[in-house]
Amino acid sequence: MKKTNNTCSSLYTPKVMETFKNTHNYGQIKNANGIGQVGNPVCGDVMKLYIKVGKGEIIKDIKFETFGCVAAISTSSIITDMVKGKTIKEALKITKDNVVESLGGLPKIKYHCSVLAVDALKMAIKDYFSKQKK
Amino acid sequence: MKKVYLDYAATTPTDKRVVKSMETFLSEKFGNTMSLHSFGQEAKLALEQSRQALADLINANSNEIIFTGSATESNNLALKGIALANKGKGKHIIISSIEHACIMESAKWLKSQGFEITKLPVDKYGLVNPEDVRKTITDKTILVSIIHASNEIGTLQPIAEIGKICKEKGVYFHTDAAQSFGKVPIDVKKMNIDLLTASSHKMYGPKGVALLYVRDGVKIEPILHGGGQENGLRSSTVNVPAIVGFAKAAELCKAEMKKELARQTKLREKLIKNILKIKGSYLNGHPKKRLANNVNVRFDFIEGESLIIQLDLHGIACSTGSACSSMKLEPSYVLLATGLRPEQAHGSLRISLGRFTSEKDINYLLKVLPEIVKKLRSMSPFK
Repeated sequence: MKKTNNTCSSLYTPKVMETFKNTHNYGQIKNANGIGQVGNPVCGDVMKLYIKVGKGEIIKDIKFETFGCVAAISTSSIITDMVKGKTIKEALKITKDNVVESLGGLPKIKYHCSVLAVDALKMAIKDYFSKQKK
Repeated sequence: MKKVYLDYAATTPTDKRVVKSMETFLSEKFGNTMSLHSFGQEAKLALEQSRQALADLINANSNEIIFTGSATESNNLALKGIALANKGKGKHIIISSIEHACIMESAKWLKSQGFEITKLPVDKYGLVNPEDVRKTITDKTILVSIIHASNEIGTLQPIAEIGKICKEKGVYFHTDAAQSFGKVPIDVKKMNIDLLTASSHKMYGPKGVALLYVRDGVKIEPILHGGGQENGLRSSTVNVPAIVGFAKAAELCKAEMKKELARQTKLREKLIKNILKIKGSYLNGHPKKRLANNVNVRFDFIEGESLIIQLDLHGIACSTGSACSSMKLEPSYVLLATGLRPEQAHGSLRISLGRFTSEKDINYLLKVLPEIVKKLRSMSPFK
């Protein structure tokens, strides 16, 4: 079993810390055609994903805005890396376990952050489709 | 990387002078205080001299000082020991809603054992109203326990007033002074304190030793039974080296208190004044009635843990609230008790200064903090 203790930096994997240090793709996309927001400020996590879907349903650009802990910010950043350039079909296959794996693991108490990231992505894609119908 | 420690409320480094005072009691004067031979008597003498030094800091008599292993243990002993010894009189205990977790949990356990617990509210600064104490005391009340200085927001309670009320009403008064002992003047006689908790590692002494002051004549039961050390109130082989260090730490605090109070207050004021220049930042706790070494602030739209880790990446060690709560997801109950909403409480930062904090350290934090707040806000969906 992996040794853990109460300090955050040693509790998080090096990959989480690296991702937190050098966050990718944060901010807004002005002409986003899909936006998804999940979480609740009362619980301390809110994640918002902006996607710009182009030809062939390829997610050309993705950005996040997140209010939350190190895990929430890192999962946000990593999911943008995982999704960018993929088709919607491919993006929808990403699971919370994929997110956790690409961060080299998350403390159990923070697993819900990976769920938030996947849910925010699904919401953004749903929003994209509902906008396309109009 | 430059390293700046600003988490003295979590723990302090052991002062080198303290370490030095302990050395001989680890390897040479290692006796057991209960032994009749010279090794034991030498240790016993050091124990009693230490007891006197700690008593002197709060105007107590040396026989009123009981050494324990931690502030948590002292607080457990105070609550459970008083409850067990006085349940014939009544089963009502009063605490505040901003006590340390060890008081909260002890009270919760006592409740499960049939005791009645009243948690007094605090105002927006974290202050208990002494009149609430008066109104809440009944003929069944056996103990009032109010934390002297909040470990999170640093608010100093009017313990002299509360002590006076408890004395009038004939109810024992305990205060958890883990954060204030050695930092602000305390006189147990003038303040009518019957029981008081203090901890060595919060005041530049070693970890693993604390005390409970128990006024002469107070009825209390032990929670550890065995060889009868510490007047029968805390059986365990006495940790002489740590106690000697604790006493040395107390002497140093006493000698330097006036100077340190003034110096740290000045640094605190500088910190507060400059942090509050950041838009959307607020002070938690009382602007003046607070520990000289405590600053607790919150920032709109960002979350505390991210802030702490960003600061850590810059070599600065701070905390969100109490060190014990850093891996819990719930916002601080202390901040919620002061009326903050959960989302406000999530964005709080505790900066605690100490003997080795310099103005340079403060300036470094003041340089780094606004940039970090700005970065985290640029990532936040709230603007």
